[in-house]
Amino acid sequence: MKKMNRRTKTVMLVIIIAGILLIISAAGLLMNPALYEPNYAAKKLPPCAAHWFGTDYLGRDMFCRTIKGLSNSIMLGTMAAVFSAFMALFLGIVSASVGGRADKIISYFVDLVMGVPHMVLLMLISFSLGKGLKGVVIGVALTHWPNLTRVIRGEVLQVKNMQYVKASKKFGKSNFQIACHHIIPHVMPQFLVGLLLLFPHAILHEAGVTFLGFGLSVDTPAIGIILSESLKHISTGMWWLVFFPGIMLVAVVMLFDKLGDNVKLLIDPSSAQE
Amino acid sequence: MLLEAKNITFSYTKKKTILDNVSLGIEKGERVALVGPSGCGKSTLSQILAGYMKPDKGEVYFDGKLLPEKGYCPVQLIYQHPEKAINPRWKLGRTLTEAWEPDQELLDDMGIEKEWLTRYPIELSGGEMQRFCIARAMGPDTKFVIADEMTTMLDVITQAQIWELLLHIVDKRNLGMLVVTHNPLLAERICTRVIEFDKM
Ligand SMILES: Nc1ncnc2c1ncn2[C@@H]1O[C@H](COP(=O)(O)OP(=O)(O)O)[C@@H](O)[C@H]1O
Ligand SMILES: [Mg+2]
Repeated sequence: MKKMNRRTKTVMLVIIIAGILLIISAAGLLMNPALYEPNYAAKKLPPCAAHWFGTDYLGRDMFCRTIKGLSNSIMLGTMAAVFSAFMALFLGIVSASVGGRADKIISYFVDLVMGVPHMVLLMLISFSLGKGLKGVVIGVALTHWPNLTRVIRGEVLQVKNMQYVKASKKFGKSNFQIACHHIIPHVMPQFLVGLLLLFPHAILHEAGVTFLGFGLSVDTPAIGIILSESLKHISTGMWWLVFFPGIMLVAVVMLFDKLGDNVKLLIDPSSAQE
Repeated sequence: MLLEAKNITFSYTKKKTILDNVSLGIEKGERVALVGPSGCGKSTLSQILAGYMKPDKGEVYFDGKLLPEKGYCPVQLIYQHPEKAINPRWKLGRTLTEAWEPDQELLDDMGIEKEWLTRYPIELSGGEMQRFCIARAMGPDTKFVIADEMTTMLDVITQAQIWELLLHIVDKRNLGMLVVTHNPLLAERICTRVIEFDKM
């Protein structure tokens, strides 16, 4: 058999990771709610064959709750990351191509938002929007656009001064045509990688703000809720309530991070020949 | 006067003025060479004459009117580095037709082969890319061509070929031309008048 080159391996890895994440999301979405409902006959069970991650003080199956929670987190992360990334794309392009005052104002807000710790800002936004799903999504989205905006702005500034873009202008092309044909395709790789790398942040921050009680309501099976609830019971020796959901959260975050890194490798032309 | 620059002053940084009150006029039917040592500001002036940059002071007139800022520019620039004047992500067919739809006659004149159209720029040589840049700039609304050290990066044989092709089209279309070069021999051979940068 022919030896796989690095590119093929990377493609495989991307497909496998994306597959795992998709399966978790779908499993959570399609799951029968009865699976993680209280069952007083099976309270506080440690991990066993019937309950892989054990059960909690209400007899809820922790495996199903964890999957449901992760799935919720991924959905939420998707919404926030997509929103954030498109905001960054728009602001980055406007900032670099309009320049002048627009650039100054956007750069000011980039610095402002980057200067405040994400968690503090997130709590404020989420709290003022009445917590819940809407508050968390908007909060995460509004705190995560500045980094990518900066990257995209830099890229646009660079490509805008390329000889072929300036020539295009002298062929009578409008700014809009130039943006669509030259600039957006040029920043697409950065945009996609940036979007993927936003996911782990979005998920962690969602879990964090929920854990602190400024996020989703207590009855949603979210990882942050599960963890904060479980912490109250950890002194009674029910280690599995924290351990498994925590590990799963870290695993999902790392998978997203790996996915972003590998897509970056695929898109970066300098690594294409390896 | 076909192309005229009046009292052009330009600097990239505050420290050094590259063009200091430079004026230049080219009549219809003339073919002018601009010669000068490397780094004196020939490319800077070319970019200003083709409307790529605005001078700090002074104006550029074409056919008696200010050079248009928007729309197709009648003065087209052929750049020294063809690989920088072509979008590396586009196949050459797309690059060729970005400005207009060149007919087969022009492609034959330029020696552009059909199979090149489906390639990416990295799969072509500098001379081949420069042919695309020239063909692309030869739209029906082009009245004047500025060739800024267009063949400096190419080998001697390719240089001769490209000049022959370009001069053929320039004659056929009766276009105005400014040739920027640091090669006095080339200037003598193809131009009706030579301007030395320092004496402007
Ligand atoms: N984009 C730029 N920014 C700052 N300085 C520049 C830039 N382009 C050219 N220069 C400087 O302007 C001077 C003239 O450059 P140029 O017009 O390219 O000269 P030439 O084409 O005659 O060799 C040089 O000293 C060069 O270093
Ligand atoms: Mg030059």
